[in-house]
Amino acid sequence: MNRMEQVFKNGKAFIPFITAGDPDIETTERLVHGMAEAGADLIELGIPFSDPVAEGPVIQAASSRALAGGVTTDSIFAMVRRIRKTCQVPIAFMTYINPVFSYGYDRFLENCEEAGVDALIIPDLPFEERGEILPFCRKYGIMLVPLVSPTSGSRIETIAREAQGFIYCVSSMGVTGVREHIGNEAEEMVNRIRKVTDVPCAIGFGISTPEQASRMAAFADGVIVGSAIVRMVEQYGADCVPHVVEYVRMMKHAVSDIY
Amino acid sequence: MSKGRFGDYGGQYIPETLMNAVIELEEAYERLKDDPDFKSELNRLLQEYAGRPSLLYYAEKMTRDLGGAKIYLKREDLNHTGSHKINNVLGQVLLAKRMGKTRVIAETGAGQHGVATATAAALLGLECEIFMGKEDTRRQALNVYRMKLLGAKVHEVTSGTQTLKDAVNETLREWSRRVADTHYVLGSVMGPHPFPTIVRDFQSVIGREVRQQILEREGRLPDVLVACVGGGSNAIGLFHEFINDRDVALIGCEAAGHGIHTDKHAATMTLGKVGIFHGMKSYFCQDAYGQIAPVHSISAGLDYPGVGPEHAYLRDRGRAEYVPITDEEAVEAFEYLSRTEGIIPAIESAHAVAYAMKRAPQMRQDQIIVVGLSGRGDKDVASIARYRGVDIHE
Repeated sequence: MNRMEQVFKNGKAFIPFITAGDPDIETTERLVHGMAEAGADLIELGIPFSDPVAEGPVIQAASSRALAGGVTTDSIFAMVRRIRKTCQVPIAFMTYINPVFSYGYDRFLENCEEAGVDALIIPDLPFEERGEILPFCRKYGIMLVPLVSPTSGSRIETIAREAQGFIYCVSSMGVTGVREHIGNEAEEMVNRIRKVTDVPCAIGFGISTPEQASRMAAFADGVIVGSAIVRMVEQYGADCVPHVVEYVRMMKHAVSDIY
Repeated sequence: MSKGRFGDYGGQYIPETLMNAVIELEEAYERLKDDPDFKSELNRLLQEYAGRPSLLYYAEKMTRDLGGAKIYLKREDLNHTGSHKINNVLGQVLLAKRMGKTRVIAETGAGQHGVATATAAALLGLECEIFMGKEDTRRQALNVYRMKLLGAKVHEVTSGTQTLKDAVNETLREWSRRVADTHYVLGSVMGPHPFPTIVRDFQSVIGREVRQQILEREGRLPDVLVACVGGGSNAIGLFHEFINDRDVALIGCEAAGHGIHTDKHAATMTLGKVGIFHGMKSYFCQDAYGQIAPVHSISAGLDYPGVGPEHAYLRDRGRAEYVPITDEEAVEAFEYLSRTEGIIPAIESAHAVAYAMKRAPQMRQDQIIVVGLSGRGDKDVASIARYRGVDIHE
């Protein structure tokens, strides 16, 4: 069984996001090990980009910190290789298309396979443009995770029919970041997806509390949390690992224990 | 290959949340662009409100002084709001209104596009919010107040380099927060399809007028067209009509800042490489890992790390040539045109004037250069004074 097939095999999935290299690459490496042990089903590692247009202020700031600290695509690949020596948690890269284009599609995806990255999420590569890298994803067996959003309308079915791995459902309008209130759009989206595919649905954007996560897990297959974790990294810096690990344990419990 | 391509350039590299908005925009534009009512309303606004056609002025003193080709200035600076930006904005805001949108948002660098958008929104009764880098609100404080007078809300963008690129980022983010009632009035021939095409179409009135005006005056086409290029809207507006006239040389002037051998420039074509950013595949200033590079120009309107995809295509085909002009050359041209012709150009447009000053003396007296004078320089007077070490208060 490949690693992506494990993601949704352990009940509802909890998927944490962190920006690689924030505050430094060593802390990121410790976070991955810690979150994997705390029950994370897939870890989304952000390759920081100078101009992340889909991100809110928290992840923008994390990207800036990571880049200022000197992290590069190469140092992130090297970190994943080190992690893979002892840890088999599924890993997805979340980044923007330009760092991948600049690295060279073939070379980037070949490195993903060789280092042990399982999937790729690129928010500024919509369905119409997926042909840029899909052939390379197939060549190296890397899943390209599609996004759907509340504005997708009839595109939901088009995207879902071709999806593999899982579908990243954007919970609500706007950019990433903690929200107090998340409406019912996500549930409607998931219901529409279910009619055309069995590919699992994970919900992200705005989720931070166990209550929100539990409510999303009631109808979705997984929950993605980014900004709430990145904020802890910002607050505690290199000392963030125990705080984040505890949070991931709590959130995995929240998605497993649906009230 | 997706829609909206110029060769391999262009495309629609934007978050899923915005995809239906650009599809809806494309459909509305295709439906309305040849609609007689839409066209006549736009033409009426361009003539009666914006003051078109703009003059094609023979710069006789400059011509005599430089001693070469005849120099004509296409006076987009005389348009209402003081630049070519109004051509695109009237078209897009009218389009937004026909689409049932009640609110427009826009990025701005120098403030010319922001002022034009605020103006059109005031005229056509739409709510308006402008995003402007904090660094630019300082450089162009007068334009900030002007936008507020026109009823727009101005947001200072404090992320990144706090200039035009970051203003575009923030406007894209705002559009993804609130897209149903909002149209993004993109100010240049950049961004995801259909913007590069829509903006080009609305700006190509510049070149169409030049063709008619120069044929009336000279009975022949010009030898050289020159315009400044940030995103490239005034340049495409001037060039587009002449793309198939192979004997007309097309020259775009990009901002070389402190010089192309320094790290303070915005010379995308000269020093950038192909990438994908702000919705399009084109040339960008970037580092070895594809991180977008901080750029510099004395001109807020050219202080952008990318260029419109059609320019990238024209360059690769060898149809247009792109040359770097430094801050110093642009400031000298700014002062020269003021002194020689009594016309204070925008510092953006001064980059094109600087090229004409270099090129004209190398040409014969029976040859013709048309310079796109994209905007007027009132907004730049204080910053040019600062550049020259004169401290004046606006």
